[in-house]
Amino acid sequence: MSESLPATDGAMRPVPALSELFLGFLAVALSGFGGVLPFARREFVERRRWLNERDFAEAMALCQFLPGPNIVNMGVIVGSRFHGAAGAVCAVAGLVIAPLIIMMTCGALYARYGDLEVLRGPLAGLAAGAAGLLVTLAAKMTTPLIKAREPSPLAFALAGFVAVGLLRLPLYWVVLVLAPLSIGWAWWRLR
Amino acid sequence: MNDSSGIGAFVLHVALLSLIAVGGVNTIVPELHRQVVEVQGALTSQQFADLFAIGQAAPGPNVLFVTLIGWQLAGATGALLTAAALCIPTCTIAYFVTRVWDRFKHARWRIATEAGVVPLTIGFIAASALLIAQAADGSVAAAAITTATAVFSYFSKFNPLWTLAAAAVLGFLGVV
Repeated sequence: MSESLPATDGAMRPVPALSELFLGFLAVALSGFGGVLPFARREFVERRRWLNERDFAEAMALCQFLPGPNIVNMGVIVGSRFHGAAGAVCAVAGLVIAPLIIMMTCGALYARYGDLEVLRGPLAGLAAGAAGLLVTLAAKMTTPLIKAREPSPLAFALAGFVAVGLLRLPLYWVVLVLAPLSIGWAWWRLR
Repeated sequence: MNDSSGIGAFVLHVALLSLIAVGGVNTIVPELHRQVVEVQGALTSQQFADLFAIGQAAPGPNVLFVTLIGWQLAGATGALLTAAALCIPTCTIAYFVTRVWDRFKHARWRIATEAGVVPLTIGFIAASALLIAQAADGSVAAAAITTATAVFSYFSKFNPLWTLAAAAVLGFLGVV
């Protein structure tokens, strides 16, 4: 941790070694029950001080825009910022390996015992609760759209919901049609 | 569905889907459900909801629930192949995009793309919520748990794990 790198606020911040990247993301992965990103902020901004608030917010925005798992993209962004491709690999490995082993254990247990009567109840409760958390996520993301009082983003959100959720159309076709329309509309509005 | 063609098709599908999963993996849940449950018939809707719930409750990125489907299709190999399909293509893209992204901070196309993608992401996540709720809520009690979880976690700052634990306990007590 002897090197330093100027952050966007001009302050010098520690440059984590490859092993620290691995361990930092491992810590985040294992503490992040039910969603990892809030823990990532606490670990990297507050505890380890690799990033300042603005770096983190910009990395977040990019993660949400990039395809694929947000937190894995965060690993690539933060890792490559300090150590290029090697940093990205170490961060993603730290993030994925331990949870993957846990997940595979769960998979094996479910394949073997998933039908047991004693597990039916807890699993059904868990599934109902997980559905509720998804409803919350959608609602929390919709709130700023409603507050902005702009009908067009809401209309595109509704179109996506109807096409995929109610009509069960294949996602590829929905994206192929709706994404150019939605982006084109935003482009036109920016004039 | 333990034949290799089933897992091969699934892994390819996951790799392609991950490339359009803008805004996180929750946006591709309906498409995964459509493929695995409705087209391939490899899992029941209830099994799909179970696996999704286990993925939410286990530590680590929620996205790894997709590897549970891989496990059901082809065991450990299936899970590992699914994880690779999920991470490698998108990480490669992230790696190259992150190097040029800052250069276009004020470009109109970048701002328009970000603004245009967000509403679709929200619509797809809402579709996922509907689908998982339909699969999980076979009874009035289950629907009540979903509603209560949603309302509670919307208005409180508790770690969502506590609400999931409460839901599992209710299920264990035979409420669902």
